[in-house]
Amino acid sequence: MNNLKKIIYNCKQATFLIEKKSFSKLSFREMIELRVHLYGCSFCRLYKKQSRVINDMVQELFRSSKYTEFRLDDNFKKELQERIEEELNR
Amino acid sequence: MTNQLNPHQWVNAHADYLYAFAISRINDEEQARDLVQDTFLAALEKAENFEGKSSERTWLTAILKNKIIDVYRKKSSGLKNIEIKVAEEEQEDFFDRDSGHWVFEHGPKEFGIEDKDHIINKEFEQILQKCLQKLPVLWKAVFTMKHIEEEPTDTICAELKVTSSNFWVIIHRAKLNLRACLQKNWI
Repeated sequence: MNNLKKIIYNCKQATFLIEKKSFSKLSFREMIELRVHLYGCSFCRLYKKQSRVINDMVQELFRSSKYTEFRLDDNFKKELQERIEEELNR
Repeated sequence: MTNQLNPHQWVNAHADYLYAFAISRINDEEQARDLVQDTFLAALEKAENFEGKSSERTWLTAILKNKIIDVYRKKSSGLKNIEIKVAEEEQEDFFDRDSGHWVFEHGPKEFGIEDKDHIINKEFEQILQKCLQKLPVLWKAVFTMKHIEEEPTDTICAELKVTSSNFWVIIHRAKLNLRACLQKNWI
């Protein structure tokens, strides 16, 4: 009984398992633990949903054009190409 | 058909791309610039090893990625890891110390991203970026190598010198702080 209680209350462990599960297979025991916990915990059900969305958004952020706004200045580029040519001619 | 290298066109063709790639990962313009330069110079030295199986850009990006990992490693090593301590303290109150249950005020609440077709606008992107920047360097490195670079766990552990159990702890902790930061700043 004590063990079950631990699983039901332990959101720290449940969120850990949610994160682990997105990249790795859980052991049988971990899987059961997580299911039992999620069944009774609306907080962690919401966490799970949000966590997945955050993963998608982070990926989107890195793939989006967001960062392509950054450009090197022309002078730096010119010097850099000259440096490369120098190396090539050595 | 095999791909060829054309160093005479490198800067024109790839410098901005590599720069943006570096910036997104290390968030330091000057350092990003140095990394682009180092990448090209290292590429010249390694040019003989280029087999033409991948595109020139993919090959250059791989060299840059390794350089970025070096930066991660340097930044996160050393004893002065105060930022990790601070980040850990931040989440100490998230869960009840005895039971591990969410402390109500820190528990997840809906904040508008739960819907499947949520719209990500510029404002939210900015908050997400800021929240990512707030993570300790080591956590951010682990997090991006896994989520963005999709590197195998073993590789990340070896490159950043973390044990596999610590790896999962970091993945978990990074997400806890990131989620909390989003909830706090977006509601």
